[in-house]
Amino acid sequence: MKVNLYLDAKGLTCPMPIVKIKKAMDTLEHGEILEVHVTDKGALADIPAWAQAGGHTILQQAEAAGVITFLIQKA
Amino acid sequence: MSVQQWDASFVAKKVIHNEKLFILDVRNADAFEDWKIDGHQFEYLNIPYFELLDGIEDILPKIPTDKEVLVVCAKEGSSLMIAEMLSEAGRDVAYLAGGMKTWSEYLEPIKVGDLTGGGELYQFVRLGKGCLSYMVISEGEAAIIDAVRFTEVFTSFAAHKKVEIKHVFDTHLHADHISGGRHIAEATGATYYLPPKDAEEVVFSYAPLEDGMTVQIGASNIDVGAIYSPGHTIGSTSFVVDNNYLLTGDILFIDSIGRPDLAGLAEDWVGDLRDTLYKRYRKLSDELIVLPAHFMIIEELNGDGTVAKRLGDLFAQNHGLNIRNEEEFKRIVTNELPPQPNAYQEIRQVNMGKITPTPDEQTEMEIGPNRCAVR
Repeated sequence: MKVNLYLDAKGLTCPMPIVKIKKAMDTLEHGEILEVHVTDKGALADIPAWAQAGGHTILQQAEAAGVITFLIQKA
Repeated sequence: MSVQQWDASFVAKKVIHNEKLFILDVRNADAFEDWKIDGHQFEYLNIPYFELLDGIEDILPKIPTDKEVLVVCAKEGSSLMIAEMLSEAGRDVAYLAGGMKTWSEYLEPIKVGDLTGGGELYQFVRLGKGCLSYMVISEGEAAIIDAVRFTEVFTSFAAHKKVEIKHVFDTHLHADHISGGRHIAEATGATYYLPPKDAEEVVFSYAPLEDGMTVQIGASNIDVGAIYSPGHTIGSTSFVVDNNYLLTGDILFIDSIGRPDLAGLAEDWVGDLRDTLYKRYRKLSDELIVLPAHFMIIEELNGDGTVAKRLGDLFAQNHGLNIRNEEEFKRIVTNELPPQPNAYQEIRQVNMGKITPTPDEQTEMEIGPNRCAVR
């Protein structure tokens, strides 16, 4: 899977991960993919809810060593 | 317009004093549905913060200008951001310091009444979680019942009252919140009591809380007497304090009754629950004031913020005490149960001393409403 943009949001707390993700997504085209790494637990619920509200697709979600990774495809 | 920061204690006073407040809750819809800051006269608007990143203009018409407005989120960050956006749009708003996390932890001590010989009984109301803890004070000594995990609230209160904590009780092994009892006892040298039937798996030492046992607080005759009252758990024990107050633990609440399933044995314990509510409690004086370990809805709070009601009134009004047919009772309390509390099995493990999560993990485990009752 080709990732078009990578965003490191580790160490950021709510609301900053979503603020940064939104800005990053604004630079992408329809169908392109953003990979984001976060450590804030609040993001686990907020990122999928935000994606759903905007029609974006979460292609992949994984957690390892306290870091949560999302692959988000732009609507 | 400036953004004000309100702390949990300030918001608690608004709940207790029945004040009006408009709450803009910017958490996820799921989180808001699950639990929120309840107030008798509070109004709510729930819009997740991430739907407001492009601006708050669309919601301005929905936010009143003739009422105080509080923005709330999980931990604080998002509510501050949205509060600042509202402020830039000319609105006067506040945000909740520490968010729902802090709200869920805040305890408001309220005096329930005076005891014989100058003693006092305090109820610690955890508004955000619906937990109620108690401190009995008399002549320089104190006993604590069903303490929540914020031990310093109790130890500082005791210090402020210049009393020594001698006895710490849990009415049962809690499944909805983490007990602070054992840690308070360790810190103060007090004795920690648990009902032995609930404590078979605990990995620390404790004093057995037996039926009929009494302990005296201070030199005068204020005693705390134990009554075995199973049903929520097999060990559940109630207390009569100063012949005037009945501490029911999670067996009987103001507007509901305990659920028998959180230790996994609803069918086995429903008969015990029936016996406790319909036989054991019936033998007690109607004049006793019931003080439960939880409230579920804000309507259970009295005008002064306490959660307390005459046993005789509960026999007349509490639906769970008025199901004549035993089979119907059994069906309701085994089949019509609400969802179980968040992480209740892990919470039981913590209260048995088997696992020791970090403070952050404990906060996560306790998120959400307590759900200890059947209504």
